Amino acid sequence: MSTAVVDAGVLSARGRRAPVRLLGLATLTVVPLLFPFGYLLWQALAGGWQGVLPAGRLAELALNTLLLTGLVVIGAVVIGFGTAWLTTRTDLGGARMWSTVVALPLVIPSYVLALVLLTGTGRQGILSGMVVALGGDPLPIPRGLLGAVLALVVSTFPYVHLSLVPALRRVDPALDEIARALGAGRLKRLRTVLLAQVGPALRSSALLVGLYSLADFGAVSLLGYDTFTRAIFLQYAGRIDRRPATLLAAVLVLIALAVIGLERSTRPPRSERKGRVVRPGSLHRLSNGRRFAAVTFLTLLVATSVGVPVAVLAAWWVRGTAAGRETVAVWSEVGRSISVSIGAALAVAAIAIPIAVLVTRYRSRLGAVLEASAWTVSALPHLTVGLALLLVGVTLLLPLYQTLPLLFVAYVTMFLPQALGPTEAALREVSPNLEEVSRSLGQSPLQTFRRITMPLIGKGVLTGAGLVFLTTMKELPATLLLRPTEFETLAVRIWSTTSEGFYTRAAFASLVLIMISAVPMHFLVSRDLRHA
Amino acid sequence: MVEPMKSNPTILLVVVLLLACGGNAATTTTPTSVADEGTVVLYSGRTEELVGPLLTRFEEEAGIDVDVRYGSSPEMAATILTEGTDSPADLFYSQDPASLGSVADLMEPLPESILSLAPERFSDPDGRWVGITARSRVLAFNPELVAEADLPATYRELVDPQWSGRFGIAPTNGSFVTFVSAMILLEGEEATGEWLEGIAANDPVTFDGNSPIAAAVDAGDLELGLINHYYLRELAAEQGSITAQNHFFTEPDAGSLVMPSGIGILSTSSNPVAEDLIEFLLSAESQAYFAETNFEYPVSPDAPAPGGLPAIDTLVSPVLSSAELAGVLDQATDLIAAAGLA
Repeated sequence: MSTAVVDAGVLSARGRRAPVRLLGLATLTVVPLLFPFGYLLWQALAGGWQGVLPAGRLAELALNTLLLTGLVVIGAVVIGFGTAWLTTRTDLGGARMWSTVVALPLVIPSYVLALVLLTGTGRQGILSGMVVALGGDPLPIPRGLLGAVLALVVSTFPYVHLSLVPALRRVDPALDEIARALGAGRLKRLRTVLLAQVGPALRSSALLVGLYSLADFGAVSLLGYDTFTRAIFLQYAGRIDRRPATLLAAVLVLIALAVIGLERSTRPPRSERKGRVVRPGSLHRLSNGRRFAAVTFLTLLVATSVGVPVAVLAAWWVRGTAAGRETVAVWSEVGRSISVSIGAALAVAAIAIPIAVLVTRYRSRLGAVLEASAWTVSALPHLTVGLALLLVGVTLLLPLYQTLPLLFVAYVTMFLPQALGPTEAALREVSPNLEEVSRSLGQSPLQTFRRITMPLIGKGVLTGAGLVFLTTMKELPATLLLRPTEFETLAVRIWSTTSEGFYTRAAFASLVLIMISAVPMHFLVSRDLRHA
Repeated sequence: MVEPMKSNPTILLVVVLLLACGGNAATTTTPTSVADEGTVVLYSGRTEELVGPLLTRFEEEAGIDVDVRYGSSPEMAATILTEGTDSPADLFYSQDPASLGSVADLMEPLPESILSLAPERFSDPDGRWVGITARSRVLAFNPELVAEADLPATYRELVDPQWSGRFGIAPTNGSFVTFVSAMILLEGEEATGEWLEGIAANDPVTFDGNSPIAAAVDAGDLELGLINHYYLRELAAEQGSITAQNHFFTEPDAGSLVMPSGIGILSTSSNPVAEDLIEFLLSAESQAYFAETNFEYPVSPDAPAPGGLPAIDTLVSPVLSSAELAGVLDQATDLIAAAGLA
């Protein structure tokens, strides 16, 4: 009994040393995720860069990629800030409903939005048909930069919205009142009070959107805008020599790392003000004219980002089917997509638990490094994850090459933090005292975890699993490169039929993908907003 | 992306439901990467839309599973080269002779019984792969927007400013790369590079594949497009009727190149079924399918010609070996990239 008491005493000191076994487990999980990138960079160096790619081409791709990234960040932040502000800081009616529907574009992957642009415009386009009926000219197909910006802004502004809503709700009204009392004008208050308080959320969502644009493969490829990802895939698919694709991928990884590093190093230190919001802030009163303008803006936004895409796909499919174009049943693709997504969700959620325990229950520098590593690799472009694992698979891990386990390694690499986030949050809600009591009553750490902690964090783990499920459903580039032979998923099918010009089949497969994603997405998004 | 959040029983419900329906699906879609009895592994640089139905027919008739990995032809060739002796593939079916040429050294010579089914000019001189179909490069045009009499006489004239912004190409597609490879062999690297730069400066609309070019020309979004001859016929079969037409160039240069698609067996394969698949693709039934459904030229002299197309004997084409084409394939890709087209 006395040893248990001593044990409990040690336990109660938060920040005790992490058990070696837990550290080992977490290390064995995360380090293999880093290795393929090291191998990719090494291969790129070993292959040499002189004569592999003209320097001018590299500069052109870098310029194109950064131009796209900059425009998408601006567009997504402006729209996302607008919707988040309107739905949290004003007396607009139905704010909660708006906040949910504005996030709906998350169910539509960027490559499907590209398909929407391709089937909506041009002389045969659905939207062109409506414009022509009204006496206008057919809409030109927005290939290149314009189309890519449109598709990616629609894909990303909901992320900005979702991360700004909680930040805006937490804004302290007292600061604004003090500023006003001191005679600060509206603009000055916006800058020094509001933006200062939501700044961190704004920065991190802008970073997220930037990384997303840097990494997007489907939309830029289908719309023919030359960024790194498109060039990497074209080099990969178009030639025998793998060095150019490897080199480009290595450069893209370094650019992404630089962006992440820049954001981290310039991030202001976190200032947690305890017990900050004593009362909700007063809502900005909208005049009738402005209320009308706000509702019109939100309606148009939802219509163009969700309504129009679904309607265009449905109309194209109906028209094509009526004209006798066959829609190939995609049920086996649906089966593969769902089973692989569930597998990924469960695997990633399970793998996240030890790391989350390590980070939330112990003070460990190694644990913090491992967690940061997991976040960093997950932010790298999925195409480079696929290419790096492909290289490793074909040269070092041949038994795993072209098998589901290797694909799952890719999913863990890309999506581990999605499960880590909710799991860590759930663990922080569970008082360590409960676990200490259990230990003091003679239960082993594992028994304690199984009987006390796990039941309490189960829902957080499942939320993480739900997120991983959704992103796996939509994932294209890594799946395209690593899928086992004959393992075409829904995303791969949409990609191949769209790039081959079989838009009727692609439209049908896209509608199915959207429907499958919509149901769980609805629960996740509405929950997220309710608890924010 | 991930806001810390608590959970809710609905998520549990959703996940359980999805688990339930995924469980069934998983049992029916277990992939096999190891070839067992009655299974043959095919790396296909030809698309599923073109050859999938035929392979399914083979599976049904022969009772043999064909595990097909689809990708672009150079991608599959590169995959085979990287895998080397560990390649799980039994066969490589390529869209272009250049990709076949680059892995020909890893292929086993085919028996005379197979090689005799196709004319020599469509197969490897050393008998390591055999032609299945032949495709001609053409200029697709929309007669409502440009009259056939006004079309450029050769592909070289597409650099003329009058065609600026009016034509589509698929510069990264295997067929275009093979066309550029032929141009390098026939006219030299310098002339080819200059032509590509002229094209790049003439505001072409670029695509990743041929089908979207055919669709864009037919829809009137474009006036001209450099593609292979059968894409318009496929579009017609799907849509019922089309506006766009093929124009066959009459000079024997890269623009009128007739390219075989071909297939070979990898030396690492010991699968006796592999030859059966090739024999099936060269059978009267399959060759007729290629002509009637895909509108490709069957290599078999006995097969019917595709309807509505000039007879293959009337097509002019330069004669180039696949080994030579393979030798300049990456050079062609470099030139295309250097011109800013990829």
